[in-house]
Amino acid sequence: MLLIQCPYCQEDRPEIEFQGAGEAHIARPANIADISDAEFSEYFFIRDNTKGIVFERWRHTHGCGRFFNAVRNSISDKFIMTYKAGEPKPELTEEQIKAAAPISKKPAADKPEPSPSKAEKAK
Amino acid sequence: MRKFSGFALARETMRAHKGWDRQWDNPEPRAKYEVIIIGAGGHGLATAYYLAKVHGITDVAVLEKGWLGGGNTGRNTTIIRSNYLYDESAGIYDHAIKLWETLSQELNYNVMFSQRGVMMLAHNVHDAQVAQRHIHANRLNGVDNEWLDRDAAKAYCPPLNISSSLRYPVMGAALQRRGGVARHDAVAWGYARAASAMGVHIIQNCEVTGINQDSNGQVTGVETTRGSIGASKVGIVAAGHTSVLMEMAGVRMPLESFPLQALVSEPVKPCFPCVVMSNTVHAYISQSDKGELVIGAGTDQYTSYSQTGGMHIISHTLEAICEMFPMFSRMKMLRSWGGIVDVTPDRSPIIAKTPVKGLYVNCGWGTGGFKATPGSGHVFAHTIAKDEPHKINAGYTLERFTTGRLIDEAAAAAVAH
Repeated sequence: MLLIQCPYCQEDRPEIEFQGAGEAHIARPANIADISDAEFSEYFFIRDNTKGIVFERWRHTHGCGRFFNAVRNSISDKFIMTYKAGEPKPELTEEQIKAAAPISKKPAADKPEPSPSKAEKAK
Repeated sequence: MRKFSGFALARETMRAHKGWDRQWDNPEPRAKYEVIIIGAGGHGLATAYYLAKVHGITDVAVLEKGWLGGGNTGRNTTIIRSNYLYDESAGIYDHAIKLWETLSQELNYNVMFSQRGVMMLAHNVHDAQVAQRHIHANRLNGVDNEWLDRDAAKAYCPPLNISSSLRYPVMGAALQRRGGVARHDAVAWGYARAASAMGVHIIQNCEVTGINQDSNGQVTGVETTRGSIGASKVGIVAAGHTSVLMEMAGVRMPLESFPLQALVSEPVKPCFPCVVMSNTVHAYISQSDKGELVIGAGTDQYTSYSQTGGMHIISHTLEAICEMFPMFSRMKMLRSWGGIVDVTPDRSPIIAKTPVKGLYVNCGWGTGGFKATPGSGHVFAHTIAKDEPHKINAGYTLERFTTGRLIDEAAAAAVAH
């Protein structure tokens, strides 16, 4: 279960208090009756579905009841930040992105080579 | 490829089983193929098999970033049924059941297809009405489905609790007797073995990192972690990662990827005769031939590629299982897992050509793709080979999200939505 910080309540609360509400920063066209079918499809159905950093909406249903936005890494599920609805899409620093990255399975380059395994020693 | 038979088994028994050969080859990729399929899961391997078998196209490579059948094919609850609502769904899912019925013989590989019946429970008046609407719609399409009252449901599945004191008492059920389960790994292995024997290359540990196009936009091949491979036709069958791959060709998709969890119990003696699903209390269950209870939960509420989900989702499902089947309340769960499923807005798949010439996509199976594996592979192979859809998948286009001709199966797609 995720721990989510509600930017209105200023508290980390368990995911079951919240409802996910999909991708954020999709503006409803002001002239919805005039746009083409393709434009409507783009607004209504097409999604980024990014593997990596996602901007998404949540609603604190069992709390303050308000919608807000969050930035999360969809591979590690770690949140980078949450912010109030209506605020612009935040610029992320490299440290923020790094902190939410999944733990790499590959050994870091600066680490020494692992000692030979028992099987190799036996040879 | 050596044929499996009683005679072959007897012969190998006489010589200590030393004569069995590898079930599929492990070739180095060639520089160019006629068709490349991205994703060696059930659907991808089935597509390759039918390309070779039905259309005579054997110059095919199936590229897999991990190992064969290691994604959702190896992570599902193996339920097979065709009792969806709309005509298009009856077409594809019943086509699949008909192929399932002879699949073991066709592949010469026991996929352990067991038509033990799929029973979908109704817990309130609305459920009962919806179930009966489905039954009528199914029958008009020649798909078997019948209504059982409460006592008949209990007779079909004796462990079912039909007490009226339940929070959501059972009022009846819709039963599809031709539904059932199959051995998921065997499906991938059987298709891989049969396709490999016809000359299809299955290339594992080969992740696609780019899709190459010429100046006219025509697909010319793919970039992979094992070098670039040419092909004039590329089929993407990558489940949860479809959006990522389509992005490489510059196409944005009407898909969202969610984790879907399932779990199995410790193995016990045969005690559960059929498949039971309940959309209202959110659970589905069957018993594998190994003896484990196979239990499915719903999707998590956020998009994710983490192949893991929240514990509250599976505990919610187990609460429902324990209420419906009190005899399982002390069963120990052995393991749980999450697969990444790609969900379309109308909960029906996309099996179609794309705006990019030479690029085809088979995706959006959401939480229930396993049941369609043979049918999906069969019609997708047709779509690739003929460059036009089979009549069964003609409605499953990408354009339907622009034209509005949706196939809205949100109600029939069961638990997860």
